[in-house]
Amino acid sequence: MYKITEARFLAPQVKRFRITAPDIARRRKAGQFVILRVQEGGERIPLTIADSDPGEGTITLIVQGVGKTTRMLNQKEAGDAILDLVGPLGKPSDIEPYGTAVVIGGGLGTAIAYPTAKALKQAGNHVISIIGGRSREFVILEDEMRAISDEVFVTTDDGSYAEKGFVTDRLNALIEGGRKLDFVLAIGPIPMMRAVAEVTRPHGIHTVVSLNPIMVDGTGMCGGCRVLVGGESQFACVDGPEFDAHQVDFRTLSTRNAMYREREKASLDAFEDHECKMMKMAEAAEKGAGV
Amino acid sequence: MSNPLSPKARMQIPRQAMPEQEAAERSHNFEEVNLGLDDAIARQEALRCLQCTSQHCFNGCPVGVKVREFIDLVVEGDYLAAAAKIREDNVLPAITGRVCPQEEQCEGRCVLAKKGEPVAVGYLERFVADYERTHGQVGLPPRAAPTGRKVAIIGSGPAGLSAAGDLVQKGHEVVVMEALHEIGGVLVYGIPQFRLPKEIVRQEVDNMRKMGVEFRTNVVVGKSVTVDELMNEEGYHAVFVATGAGLPIFLNIPGEHLCGVYSANEFLTRVNLMKAYREDHDQPVFDCRGKDVVVVGGGNTALDAVRTSLRIGARTASILYRRSAAEMPARAEEVKHAREEGVQMLMLTNPVEFIDDGKGWLDGVRCQKMELGEPDASGRRRPMPVAGSEFVVPASMAIIAVGNRGNPLVQATTPDLATNKKGYITADDDTLKTSKRGVFAGGDIVTGGATVILAMGAGRKAARAIHHFLETGEW
Repeated sequence: MYKITEARFLAPQVKRFRITAPDIARRRKAGQFVILRVQEGGERIPLTIADSDPGEGTITLIVQGVGKTTRMLNQKEAGDAILDLVGPLGKPSDIEPYGTAVVIGGGLGTAIAYPTAKALKQAGNHVISIIGGRSREFVILEDEMRAISDEVFVTTDDGSYAEKGFVTDRLNALIEGGRKLDFVLAIGPIPMMRAVAEVTRPHGIHTVVSLNPIMVDGTGMCGGCRVLVGGESQFACVDGPEFDAHQVDFRTLSTRNAMYREREKASLDAFEDHECKMMKMAEAAEKGAGV
Repeated sequence: MSNPLSPKARMQIPRQAMPEQEAAERSHNFEEVNLGLDDAIARQEALRCLQCTSQHCFNGCPVGVKVREFIDLVVEGDYLAAAAKIREDNVLPAITGRVCPQEEQCEGRCVLAKKGEPVAVGYLERFVADYERTHGQVGLPPRAAPTGRKVAIIGSGPAGLSAAGDLVQKGHEVVVMEALHEIGGVLVYGIPQFRLPKEIVRQEVDNMRKMGVEFRTNVVVGKSVTVDELMNEEGYHAVFVATGAGLPIFLNIPGEHLCGVYSANEFLTRVNLMKAYREDHDQPVFDCRGKDVVVVGGGNTALDAVRTSLRIGARTASILYRRSAAEMPARAEEVKHAREEGVQMLMLTNPVEFIDDGKGWLDGVRCQKMELGEPDASGRRRPMPVAGSEFVVPASMAIIAVGNRGNPLVQATTPDLATNKKGYITADDDTLKTSKRGVFAGGDIVTGGATVILAMGAGRKAARAIHHFLETGEW
């Protein structure tokens, strides 16, 4: 069992956890992930390590509750524990002194991009962060990104906070404004990553994305996370998760990620239905007890 | 010798049949296919053994089980002693009794096989191991006084478990590290419940715990910790790399990324380890109920996958194999069971394309007919495509079971560990010593995909060499 020492919501359905895992905390590098199982009978899911504190022996995970497993995880509080945790897995980010590096995070992607942005800054890059969200409440880690970036731009799709528009609008503006960009890292929903790749492609800017295909073991054993990169099959768990954005076949990734959509939805519905009943029972019990 | 019958009388007893679940029924459930012998049948079968002095059966066993001696104990009716006799050489008798290719080993060498049918060594091994388990008196071998030496075993599959069992008996401290959340490697993620119930694996692992072996799950050596750290910082005196051949080979044909196309490793892991077929488990698997399924390959893994697909509801389940039935590397019993369950065998059939339904899902497999030419490097006749023979097999799910390469995680972080061009670790045939002092390797990570028992044989070999190294310090 791996103990949760801290748990706090950052945005609706987005929760930050610190979990005791001293061996992982000591070794992990920016860009790597863990695979965890919340409880017996649960599935194995990969989550990027957002940060770590080797002294304290903890890692930080930021979780978006989108399906049953992540919703269940987001019900956990400090003092609770999760059943299985393994890592650090995957290749670390390629951190080099590129010059001017743009780090783009969309929604939860900001949490995944944060450790690499921090490492890029430490490697002497001029870091420009562009973080976006659907609306104000979905913009996360703004303070953290400000602390490690030279410039920060925030966009919201609906204009409810900062600049109205997409992260790519801001990226385009930078390029058209004549800024010389040496490296771009984009992490977020697949359409966003694909859009960023198309913005930088004509300018030949080295662009990297972190992919999130469905995984099982995370050690290269099953091949379920295979992605097409430059026409070749690559396993995201051992060859990635970061790949050259201009080589990635996003369409195939997107189709494969939807493979279990019906089952996932049924599973989530059943879970929410159960939660709802539990809530009503608890309310009824409170009333019955006259509390 | 306790057998009261004359050799002639023994030879008149027919080989006893294994009671089985009916094919029509078992193809829809995950219960074990073979039901096991009862006392009377087991004793009758044991009486067939000629107790010959040549002991070809013993010589045919990769771990050297003293077959004649244990069968003699079955004749005596001392099943616990028979089980303990097997345990002297084989730490996992309930498992090997179920999954060994006996026809190529002990039974294949049996003198009776020359004129008729061999003694059912596998059935008897399974019988005594099950008897021991259900009677709760496992005859665990004694452990020598502690030597103060520590061995790390990487991988908890058959090679690792077998080495761990032997080394712990010698008094060494043994820690087995496993990447997944459950101990057993291919025994839990690969081989299905209907052929090897997981309760049996768990019990054998518990036996090893009682013998003093320590197990750690969720440790990916090469990622969580390196071999050098184990030896230089964590005080291990020797390391045995038994990581298996866990890197699936794909066919490299168009359409391999379509939804519905799996490696056998992924499909079997989802069903066996993650229990996707059970409502109380969350991991999903493609819903093939009422659909057509094909499995590419002719080995045990292919047969496990195709029979599993029937059990989760496939309308049709077919094997596509590019050679002919005679070349199939699977155990004879598995092929027989699969045919009985209704698996279709499309021999001399080679997939050339997975067909897209237009939305990114599999709709069929384009195949070509093959014919056998001259023998190839494996000694089997090389399959050659027949021109103009293409045809389409309808399929909504396809599983690729054509083998594995060496998983590179350990090697990648241990630069002084020599590997061959296929990515397998190079190790001495007899001692399993690698190029790195103190590090041994065996099982599929050295040989490529093989069988449970060959991996266990490698584990024993490694244990002998590791013990010698720990005692003498000689490399």
